[in-house]
Amino acid sequence: MLCDVCKCNDATVFLTQIIEGKMQKVNLCDVCSKEKGVQDPTGFALADLLLGIGAAEEIEKGAPTQRCPVCGFTQADFKKTGRLGCSACYTTFTEALNALLKAMHKGTSHVGKVPQRAHRAVALSDRMRNLNESLQKAVAEENYETAASLRDQIKQLESDSTR
Amino acid sequence: MSNPGEWLRGEGPHHQIVVSSRVRLARNLRNRAFPGWAKKAERTAILELVKPCVEKLPEMQDSFSEFLQDLSALEKQVLVERHLISREHAAKSAGSAVIMNRRQTLSIMINEEDHLRMQSMRSGLQLKQAFKLLDKIDTALENELEFAYDQRLGYLTACPTNVGTGMRASAMLHLPGLVLSELINQVVQAVSKIGLAVRGLYGEGTEAMGNLFQISNQTTLGEKEEEIITRLTKVIETIIQKEHDARHVLIQKKSNTLWDQIGRAYGVLTYAHAMSSKEALNLLSIIKLGVDLGVFPEDKRLTVDELFIDTQPAHLQRSSQQKLSAEERDHLRAQIIRTRLKVLPKPDISKLVKEAGNGSNPAPTEQ
Repeated sequence: MLCDVCKCNDATVFLTQIIEGKMQKVNLCDVCSKEKGVQDPTGFALADLLLGIGAAEEIEKGAPTQRCPVCGFTQADFKKTGRLGCSACYTTFTEALNALLKAMHKGTSHVGKVPQRAHRAVALSDRMRNLNESLQKAVAEENYETAASLRDQIKQLESDSTR
Repeated sequence: MSNPGEWLRGEGPHHQIVVSSRVRLARNLRNRAFPGWAKKAERTAILELVKPCVEKLPEMQDSFSEFLQDLSALEKQVLVERHLISREHAAKSAGSAVIMNRRQTLSIMINEEDHLRMQSMRSGLQLKQAFKLLDKIDTALENELEFAYDQRLGYLTACPTNVGTGMRASAMLHLPGLVLSELINQVVQAVSKIGLAVRGLYGEGTEAMGNLFQISNQTTLGEKEEEIITRLTKVIETIIQKEHDARHVLIQKKSNTLWDQIGRAYGVLTYAHAMSSKEALNLLSIIKLGVDLGVFPEDKRLTVDELFIDTQPAHLQRSSQQKLSAEERDHLRAQIIRTRLKVLPKPDISKLVKEAGNGSNPAPTEQ
């Protein structure tokens, strides 16, 4: 298992801490654990490591050349401006951002308004998954008539969604 | 643009203490560089895509719609003083725009920090109503524009502090009672502890002048829009009660101090010949308190409220039609205040004494 911070050495220190009722685990190598002061349990809080401003820096060390494929933004740019390059950056830098968002906000996932477009996309993918499952079942049961009808429905749905 | 916005006319619920309520939503287009990172050509392309959609909204019929580069520095500053655009947006030029309705209750900035910053303003405590309008506008716009949205993180914004709902709800509170009784720091600290932010008159990093404080939600991820607004509204209602309590205590235990403050404010405002905008705001705040307490007639409230905005530097500059130095502005400000306050009679202390004397609930009446 690799160290969560430097991502190159084997982890030798395994920490578990309960924060707000949630168990969080972090694995560190010898060097990083010393650097983070883990050897001194009184001066160390997992929260600092997980949530601290240091998190982004550390991850940057591991992947300094990482660029957003959509807009060309880098972690270094984020450090400079405190703003991201485009919406795809949230996927590109998801690891670094997760720690940051956790520290910043009340929760870690959105529970508010969902745009209708996203509603439709979710409904569509649910329907598609159901149809595919039914199709596999029908094929397994050699129920070819049902399978053919399901396949047509899937095709129809595919062409509807791309329109 | 010649008249201040409707939200400045104190008419909403709790309007004596809550000057205005505002809600803003941040939205971005999917996979397009955010304004701060986009090249000029891309910013312009986004602007050309978004602006017509905004102008088409039924709420934006007969709207004021301008590219930032077409506005003078003074015009931008006037909009900032009315809270219709942010200070950051005022610093922009080509590739950004602002669209607002005639009543100045709705303003949409294009290519501020996010592609869209939509803002709805109301007088008094009306956060729910302000959000309702924005929600409707957002839904109308999302039919035309594909907003950056992630199933886990919600609406994606340039700054991670806005991700999720992209919503910032805030109210501007006038709290002279808590300031005079030195309880304001306690309140500010308590509010900060529960994840809400308290700021000065013009938002982030600004000083609290005129006993005006902005209180808003700090976080945007992990809570529904309605929950945020309900929580914020409850806290504001508590602060309103604390402000009323502080005023009662002042009337009952420190009426001499209060009378002195009001008298001095009246004296300086009606006789001074030079006044900074900070001094003006602080003194006008005390006069406003006097109106709330019945020491000045209620029908002069609008005169006092209007001075809050009309004595701001850009508004002053605009009314004079010529470039003024800071010193000239201070003279003009004092002159405008003296002239307008001619209609304000001397403070009638008997009203104050009467309220303090009977001891029974002298709360200023709310409508």
